Amino acid sequence: MTKIKTLDDLRRIKNEVQSKIKLRENSSSPEHLVQVKIGMATCGIASGARETMKYFIDELELQAIDAVVTQTGCMGFCYAEPTVEVTLPGKDPVVFGFVGKDKAREIIDVYIKRGELVDGIIPLSFKTIHD
Amino acid sequence: MTDYKIHVLICGGTGCKSADSDELKKSLKQWIDEVGLEDDVQVVLTGCFGFCEKGPIVKVLPDNTFYVSVTPSDAEEIVKEHLLKGRVVQRLLYRDPNTHQQISDSKGMDFYKKQMRIALRNCGFINPENIQEYISRDGYMALGKCLTELTPEDTIQEIKDSGLRGRGGGGFPTGLKWEITRKSEADQKYVVCNADEGDPGAFMDRSILEGDPHSVIEAMSICGYCIGASKGLVYIRAEYPLAIERLKIALDQAREYGLLGEDILGTGFDFDIDIRLGAGAFVCGEETALIHSMEGKRGEPTFKPPFPSVSGFLGKPTNVNNVETFANIPVIINKGASWFNKIGTENSKGTKVFALAGKINNVGLIEVPMGTTLREVIYDIGGGIKDGKEFKSVQTGGPSGGCLTKNFLDTPIDYDNLLKAGSMMGSGGMIVMDEDDCMVAIARFYLEFILEESCGKCSPCRIGNKRLFEILDKITSGKGEEKDIERLILLSNVIKDTSLCGLGQTSPNPVLSTILNFRDEYLAHVNEKKCPSGQCKSLLKYEIIEDLCTGCTLCFRNCPVGAITGERRQPHYIDQSLCIKCGVCYEKCKFNAIKLT
Repeated sequence: MTKIKTLDDLRRIKNEVQSKIKLRENSSSPEHLVQVKIGMATCGIASGARETMKYFIDELELQAIDAVVTQTGCMGFCYAEPTVEVTLPGKDPVVFGFVGKDKAREIIDVYIKRGELVDGIIPLSFKTIHD
Repeated sequence: MTDYKIHVLICGGTGCKSADSDELKKSLKQWIDEVGLEDDVQVVLTGCFGFCEKGPIVKVLPDNTFYVSVTPSDAEEIVKEHLLKGRVVQRLLYRDPNTHQQISDSKGMDFYKKQMRIALRNCGFINPENIQEYISRDGYMALGKCLTELTPEDTIQEIKDSGLRGRGGGGFPTGLKWEITRKSEADQKYVVCNADEGDPGAFMDRSILEGDPHSVIEAMSICGYCIGASKGLVYIRAEYPLAIERLKIALDQAREYGLLGEDILGTGFDFDIDIRLGAGAFVCGEETALIHSMEGKRGEPTFKPPFPSVSGFLGKPTNVNNVETFANIPVIINKGASWFNKIGTENSKGTKVFALAGKINNVGLIEVPMGTTLREVIYDIGGGIKDGKEFKSVQTGGPSGGCLTKNFLDTPIDYDNLLKAGSMMGSGGMIVMDEDDCMVAIARFYLEFILEESCGKCSPCRIGNKRLFEILDKITSGKGEEKDIERLILLSNVIKDTSLCGLGQTSPNPVLSTILNFRDEYLAHVNEKKCPSGQCKSLLKYEIIEDLCTGCTLCFRNCPVGAITGERRQPHYIDQSLCIKCGVCYEKCKFNAIKLT
């Protein structure tokens, strides 16, 4: 990694990253990417988020589903950990609560593969400065 | 891939479930099958919408229609009118309490988005271990703006104009603190981030460091630029291993990208950050004790002044801010002070992160604009009290705060209102208590915590709190007298007035606020020797209800101290002077003939 030496460098990197993310989101190929984010703060990990994340990575690879699985911080729904956000291409993100292995399997089989919602969605109840 | 055209979301949160949302789901499904829409409409149970007062909630997608207080008998109308004919069922829409207008699109409802995330803007969105994701969301832009466009004075003025106050407890104006540290002359100054989060039940700072460590790094760099420091230190407790790990990764990445180190962004500004681990002592959240602990000395406070902004770490001017305070800084720089100071109340600007805990349905992390009421936080966001119990009190501000009653439910939350109500903002822990919690026992719990955590340097705190605890212990074990309440108040005030640091000056708050708001409970303990909520074990009395006792002798045979007497097939009797209140008889009795009073 070359160092960021000026503010313009920083802006350029920001634009690069943003366009990379946009490309990912607007991809029109049929095997476009599914994005899975696992809440991996202490509360999530204590409730088994590591196992859930591992399951998503293994299972999505096994089933050859084109997906990126990443970790993120606390979404704030500590009562419903582990929490997982799934974004299907061209759709709004959906957050699921209490995602253990069984729920993860259901999310992959029903929501990711067939596009049908499954029980356990957590309605988002906040806005951020980016909205 | 089945292509459902319409999704019907039904709230399956605890509140709505108890209001029959399962039955509602069944009946919606029945009617959907009945009219033949089963291939077009999918019914899904969701988590709590956080609007439990108006539950059960039904939301129809894609048009975002939001129905409230829906009963199973409304299912037919929703299916036949809305799903089949596309006509919204007007009578089930939410009515705005102020304008009385019906709102169908949930995006237009203010209750639905009561939360505003500034400090938590990236928590749960970005991967905290990837600096690029932070950069893509305007990360390090604020630092860039300060270094290239603003002088340190301009930046400090911006922070002052924003009205940002310290989020760690006291609420000291952040811009002013920076200005004082800037004006102190020295060859070396320090920026310190206080991540010694110690209030029981509070985890805001941990979550920010775990979810968005770069926002703190960026803000500390900005602070360094403003006060003229080239060195930053994060004081964090060793019991936050994940936060430490993520912070280390973030620091390494920032260095690798040249956003920490020498000549940042080619402006000649040097800044770097180190981590200092604390052993998790509550008193080390106090800034002078924190600084001593970082210097390798005992974590004991010293008298202020001199304030750390004049003489702090290694005797040099030191600016200490809390994690959440720092997390707000980049946003203020990017969006401007005039954007930030429109949020909140007159003297408390911006938002506050709260950790909701206790007897509340949606335990979690929330961020609301200052001025939001407790009722909105507890009922609209928190989903109300567990198991449909009655709200009794909410404890804010941790061991330095107090307990608020239901009279304060509609008080807007800000620094001044909480102080007026006998509590304080503190770092943002909110512990909700229901009708089953005994307020005397709660005060005793906090005092026990203080006893453990007092550093012992000054006598009012070391000895006074011990005496307070003993009196509370006496009251909860049924040996109190009415005079004890006045003794508690007198001693509390002495401790407040004479303690050296913030810990002792605030430690009697839980006692004073519970006496102020729940004196009747104290009176019941000392006069009637009764605990109204049945929590104080030694005040409980086990009695046998004669009419229900069959004389089976089971309790008699199991009582470990022989306090139960009675003939076979005759009602038994408990000798209260012998009973040790172990509860064995209560558990063993098969006829519910033993009552607790």
